[in-house]
Amino acid sequence: MAHINQAEAREWPYPVNYGKENEVSADVLILGGGVAGCHAAISAAKRGAKVVVVDKGAVIRSGSGGAGVDHWHGAYTNPCSRITPDEVMDIVKSFGPYSFGEFGNGISCYIQCNESYDALMDLEGMGVKVRDVDDEFAGADFRDEKTKLMFAYDYENRYCIRVNGGADIKVALYKEMLRLGVEIHDRIMATILLTEDGRQGGRVVGAAGIHTRTGEFYIFRSKSVILSMAVPAGQWIFSTELIGFGSSFNDPNNSGDGTAMAWNAGAELALMERSGRALSSGFFRYPPYGTGDHNNTWFACTIVDANGKEIPWVDRDGNVIRNVSDRYKPASGQKFFGYGRRGPYDIWGPSLIPDLSECIKNGEYVLPLYADLPGMPEHERRAIWGLMVYNEGKCRIIYDTYNKAGFDPDKDMLQLAVLPPEQYGHGPNWETYGPGQWREVAFGGGGGIVFDWDLRTNLEGLYVAGSQQYSGGTHAHAATTGRYAGRKAAVYARDAEPGPVGRSQIDGEKARVYAPVKRKDGIGWKEMRAGLCRIMQDYCGEYKNEQTLQMGIRWMDSIFESEASRAFARNPHELCRTLENLTHITVGKIIMEASMARKASSLHLDFKRMDYPDVDPPEWNKIVTLRQEKGEIKTGELPLDYWLRPPYAASYEENYRKYCDLKMEGEG
Amino acid sequence: MAEKAYMVPNPVMPCRVISINEELCTGCNICVDVCRTDVMVPSSEEGKPPIVLYPDECWFCGCCAADCPVPDAITVEYPLNQRVGWKRKDTGEHFRIGMKNPPPPNTKPPVC
Ligand SMILES: Cc1cc2nc3c(=O)[nH]c(=O)nc-3n(C[C@H](O)[C@H](O)[C@H](O)COP(=O)(O)OP(=O)(O)OC[C@H]3O[C@@H](n4cnc5c(N)ncnc54)[C@H](O)[C@@H]3O)c2cc1C
Ligand code: SF4
Ligand code: SF4
Repeated sequence: MAHINQAEAREWPYPVNYGKENEVSADVLILGGGVAGCHAAISAAKRGAKVVVVDKGAVIRSGSGGAGVDHWHGAYTNPCSRITPDEVMDIVKSFGPYSFGEFGNGISCYIQCNESYDALMDLEGMGVKVRDVDDEFAGADFRDEKTKLMFAYDYENRYCIRVNGGADIKVALYKEMLRLGVEIHDRIMATILLTEDGRQGGRVVGAAGIHTRTGEFYIFRSKSVILSMAVPAGQWIFSTELIGFGSSFNDPNNSGDGTAMAWNAGAELALMERSGRALSSGFFRYPPYGTGDHNNTWFACTIVDANGKEIPWVDRDGNVIRNVSDRYKPASGQKFFGYGRRGPYDIWGPSLIPDLSECIKNGEYVLPLYADLPGMPEHERRAIWGLMVYNEGKCRIIYDTYNKAGFDPDKDMLQLAVLPPEQYGHGPNWETYGPGQWREVAFGGGGGIVFDWDLRTNLEGLYVAGSQQYSGGTHAHAATTGRYAGRKAAVYARDAEPGPVGRSQIDGEKARVYAPVKRKDGIGWKEMRAGLCRIMQDYCGEYKNEQTLQMGIRWMDSIFESEASRAFARNPHELCRTLENLTHITVGKIIMEASMARKASSLHLDFKRMDYPDVDPPEWNKIVTLRQEKGEIKTGELPLDYWLRPPYAASYEENYRKYCDLKMEGEG
Repeated sequence: MAEKAYMVPNPVMPCRVISINEELCTGCNICVDVCRTDVMVPSSEEGKPPIVLYPDECWFCGCCAADCPVPDAITVEYPLNQRVGWKRKDTGEHFRIGMKNPPPPNTKPPVC
C-alpha cells in the first residue's frame, strides 16, 4: 500500500475530458442523492416520472445518513404511539427532536409527524430490517411484543423507533431506485441551476455539473428539479491534518453548493444567520458516539466517576430517578418527553443532575467518568452496544474496531472524554465546544431554502427536501420531506413541458468551472478553504456587528478577485474541491448579509449582535429572508407561522389534507 | 561510512487511515466505488489493491470496510489522537485501542 506525495506524482487513473458535454433529460431531476434525494426519487418514480438522481459521492453510501441511522424520530402514527401528530403540534409550535422552538418550520415538522412511520414502512418494504424479527430483545421494556417494534427514549409513548438494520439503509434505497428504473449519476458535482433563458428568478428547467473523476460536463434538462444537497456545512472550521474530514460532522461533500446554486437562480433563503457552537470542535472531536456517553445513541446509560460513584439521573423537576427503567418514562403528570432539557418544560426529559459541572468542580465527582455498561440491565446494555452503536451513522466501524481490540460491554466501562467541567451534561461527550469563533450551521435547524405547502420554492419547477430546507432536521425529516417533494415534483412534471435551456448560461458556466484547470500554478484548495473559514471565524463568529460583517464581505470579495482567480487544480477531484471554495465564498457572504439584516440578538438563533444587544425583542420575532433579483439583494420577512396564514388554512390538518397528495395513488 | 538518509514530504495525515492487506485483497475496487470522497483510486494494474491517494479526505464512515467482500482485507485505522480507553469494572484494569498485549477480541455478533 503506497501513499502518494508530490515527489512521486503519477498519472490520474481515470480518463479526463474537461469540457466534453453529456446531455441527460428527465421529468424529475434530483440534485443530491442522500436520504431526502433517494426517498424523493422513489416516490416520484412510483408515480411514473422519469427520474434522474445526481450525487457528488456514490448514492449507495453517500450523505450524512449513508453510514447508518439508529433513531427514527417522530413516528407518531406507528401502531404503538400514544400521542398523535396534532397533540405534538399543540405542545411545540414547531417540533423536531433537534429543532425546537420559535424558528422551526411547521410544514416539514407536520409532514414528518404524519409520514415518518410510513417512510419507515417503505424501507421495510425494501428489505430493511426494522423490527426485532429474531426476538433478540423479547421481553425488553422497549419492545412491543405484538409488532416487535423497538422504541427509544419514552417507552410509554413509543414514538421514536430504533432501526434494527439502520447501518445499511442507503444500500436498500439504492437497490430500490435501480429496481424502479431511476437513472443514477454518481460522482457528479452539480454546480448551477439552469433557468428559463438563464434569467434569475425564472422557472428552473435543469442543472449542470462536472464529473469528479473525468471532469466531463453534464447538462440535465428536466421539467422539475428537487434540491436535496443538505445544509451548507463546514463554513467556519477546516483542517484535515489531525482527523481528515472527520473534522466535519456532516458528510464533507455537503459544502453548500445547493444553497449557492439556489441563491444564484433567485431562490429565497431564510435563517442563514443561524449558527451554533454545537458540533464545533472540528478536528478536536472524538469519533462521534465513540466515547462513553449518556446522550442520544447512549441514552440512558449509567455514568460513574473515577471512583465508581454513580451520577444520579433526575426527572425534569430534579427528583432523583432511582430505577434505570424509570429513565425511560415521563415524569408524574407529564404527557410525554422529548430530548433532555431542550424545548419547552412540558416535554423536558430525564437527564443527569443539572448541576453536574458544579459537582465536578467542587470534587464531588472525580474525572474521568465512565459509561457503566456492565451496570445496565442486559437488554439496555445490548441495545446501546450492538443495536445503537452499530446501526448509528459511522458506528459500525466503531463497534467492529473496539470489539476487535477486546472491548466487552459485559465487563468494560467505556471512558468519557475528559472535558472542562462546565461542558459536562450539555452535549454529546465525544464532542466538545471549540473556541467561540468556531461555529457550525445549527444542527437540525440551519438556514436554507424557503418553501410552501407543496415544498416548492419561490421559483417555478424548483422543490426542496431534507436539510437543504431551512430548519431541516433528522433522518426521518429528510425521508419524509423527500417522499413528499417527490410526489409534488412528479405531479408538476406530468403537465409541464420541458423549458428552454439557454446556450449562454451553459457557456458561462463552462468558462467558470474549468478556469482552475487551465492554470499551471496558483493557490491550492486547502489553503484557500482554511483562509475562507478564517474570515468566517473573525468577522462572523460568536459576536458580530455591522463593521465586522461588512469587513468580512469585503474580504470575501477581495479573495474572489485575487486568490480565487488564481486557484488551480491538477485533476477533476481537486477541481471539485476548488469549486466548493467558490461555493464557500457565496455562502459565507449570504450568511453575513443575513446577519446584517437581523438587527437584534436572538437566543433561539444563537445570534449575538454587539451593536443590537437586545435579545429577541418582539418586533424581531420573524423570519428574515434574502434573495437576489437582477443581481441585487432583496431582504424580506415572513411571520413565524407563515404556513398557517393566508393563502393557507389556519390549521395544520386542513393544509396537510389539501396539499399532501396522498390520496392520488394510495401511498401511505 | 556515513549512513544514507532520504527526504520525502511529510505525510498529509498522521496515520495511514486505510490499510489494505495485499495478500487478501482481490483488487475488486468495491471500496473505491463506495467511498464518498475518493480516498482510494484503482491501481494501474488490474487485480492489485487500490492506492490510498487522499487519506486526509477520509470521513471515517467505515463504508469501505463494511462493503469489502473479503473479511479483513481492508482496515480503517483511527489516528492515535482518536483512540479511547476503558476500564474493566471488576478488576479496575485499564485498556485502550492500540495497546501492547491487548485483551482477546470480543467476538459476540451485533444484535442484527
Ligand atoms: C454520524 C451521523 C449520525 C446521524 N444519526 C442520525 C440518527 O440516528 N437519526 C437521525 O434522525 N438523524 C441522524 N443524523 C442526521 C441525518 O443523517 C441527516 O439529517 C440526514 O442525512 C439529512 O438528509 P439530507 O438528504 O438532507 O442530506 P444528506 O443525506 O447528507 O444528503 C445530501 C447529499 O447531497 C450530495 N451533494 C452535496 N453537494 C452536492 C453537489 N454539489 N452535487 C451533487 N450532490 C451533492 C451529497 O453527496 C449527499 O449525498 C446523523 C448524521 C450523522 C452525520
Ligand atoms: S473492496 Fe476489499 S478486496 Fe476489493 S479492492 Fe477493496 S480492499 Fe480489496
Ligand atoms: S472510511 Fe469512508 S471516507 Fe474513509 S476511506 Fe472508507 S469509505 Fe472512504
